[in-house]
Amino acid sequence: MKIYADNAATTKLSRVSKEAMLPYFDTIYGNPSSLYSAGQEAAEAINRARQIIAKKLNCEPREIYFTSGGSEADNQAIISAAQIGARQNKRHIVSTAFEHHAVLHILEKLKKQGYEITLLDVHENGIVMPDEVAAAIRDDTCLVTVMYANNEIGTIQPIAEIGAICGAKGVLFHTDAVQAAGHVYIDVKAQHIDMLSLSAHKFHGPKGAGVLYAKKGIFLTNIIEGGAQERGKRGGTENVPAIMGMAAAFEEACAKIDGNTQKLTALRDKITEGLLKIPHSVLNGDSARRLPGNVNVCFEGIEGESLLLYLDAQGIMASSGSACTSGSLDPSHVLLAIGRPHEIAHGSLRLSLSEENTHEEAEYITEKVAEVVEHLRSMSPVWRDLKEGKKSYVIQ
Amino acid sequence: MLYSEKVMDHFMHPRNVGIIENADGVGEVGNAKCGDIMKIYLKIENDIISEVKFETFGCGSAIASSSMATEMIKGKPISEALSLTNKAVAEALDGLPPHKMHCSVLAEEAVKSAVEDYYKRNGINYDKSKFPDCESCDYCSEGKCK
Repeated sequence: MKIYADNAATTKLSRVSKEAMLPYFDTIYGNPSSLYSAGQEAAEAINRARQIIAKKLNCEPREIYFTSGGSEADNQAIISAAQIGARQNKRHIVSTAFEHHAVLHILEKLKKQGYEITLLDVHENGIVMPDEVAAAIRDDTCLVTVMYANNEIGTIQPIAEIGAICGAKGVLFHTDAVQAAGHVYIDVKAQHIDMLSLSAHKFHGPKGAGVLYAKKGIFLTNIIEGGAQERGKRGGTENVPAIMGMAAAFEEACAKIDGNTQKLTALRDKITEGLLKIPHSVLNGDSARRLPGNVNVCFEGIEGESLLLYLDAQGIMASSGSACTSGSLDPSHVLLAIGRPHEIAHGSLRLSLSEENTHEEAEYITEKVAEVVEHLRSMSPVWRDLKEGKKSYVIQ
Repeated sequence: MLYSEKVMDHFMHPRNVGIIENADGVGEVGNAKCGDIMKIYLKIENDIISEVKFETFGCGSAIASSSMATEMIKGKPISEALSLTNKAVAEALDGLPPHKMHCSVLAEEAVKSAVEDYYKRNGINYDKSKFPDCESCDYCSEGKCK
């Protein structure tokens, strides 16, 4: 059995998305900037894609900027807000401790340039408190950036409340919605979102395509200089096939939100319930306010990379916040941000489901994870010390 | 693939896993905070390592390195065990990815630490400079495990 349970990393391209892309490789292959009909056909196509995405986000097509993906959109949004702030002598940014590195690393860079960064606590449940956002905003705050849903623990943030607070205080609000787009309903107007990033390959679209939504009137700073593409805000010939695939995938994913939410929530809760029966395990992040397909559990006394390798041998593809999987010495900053100690964070497992996963697979996953955890514990000196009472359990 | 076939073999089928009751020397190195702990148990008869077992909390290469290191010292004189280098462990595994080399260092240190424990228990004099101390570890020098 081969089970793909790492949809937060990337997803399988949907048939609809693939078919939407195909004509733009070798039939309508013109450059959208060219005047002849083959070029103009491509230009019209990407305008249709822009309209589709705008409609689903409830914004204007001219507020959609195509990028190479979520990271570029995050970078451009934050750099633009920082530049706007600098012109008004505002150099304070509010964000959270568990943002994606595409956000955190840009914030670190801005810090070196003299910006002040406030990273809000995300508490043990992995959810930002809107009143803490309000309290953190100062007269010199130029941006609040809070992710829509966390990529590791899947917790969904109170975006509309945060948006309303920012709107009332006149501060720009950006959200990294890479994990949320196509999985939960987004309405940039109702939720008072000024800027938003999304990435096609997280909702069964192709890799290498993303969107930055920026509300009319927000002056964007170019990350890529070049031609007049994207209203002059993003140089480079448009990735026409990927843009077409992204729009088709987004339309399809949005149409399936209700059905997938119901299906994935049931699978998620079934797996979570099964995994939490393993002694000394704990769920990471709020059990209800999380993405329908996200399960993230820590098991005491084991290390995550070895867990993943054994699961892979059983045909299960998943992910972990262990340091060993990242190539750095520290485990996941997200798990540390919700207060998990290092030794516990190393023993985490993330399963991120899609509509293709089944109840049978959920049962298989639960069974195999329990077996592998038991096996790894049987050879773990940490587990022996806990079992023999030489150390006390962190997870009860 | 991240790992060689040999690493995967020793990871999936680790040799010498377990503990030795009444071991003559036990060495534990690493730190749970850093994600790796290795514990090696030795039974020593006439300066020969007659039995060796290990327990490891860590990633695939940590488990494979422990397994390989125990295979390499089993039945060997102590002097030979002490000359085991991390490089030799990594080579015997057909190489480790660069950021996993520290796992082989831990294996070398766990063996040395178990022998040191044997020396201490038996009042045998030894050259302390030839044994690892906490400060020699990269994690510690970077202050990562404090």
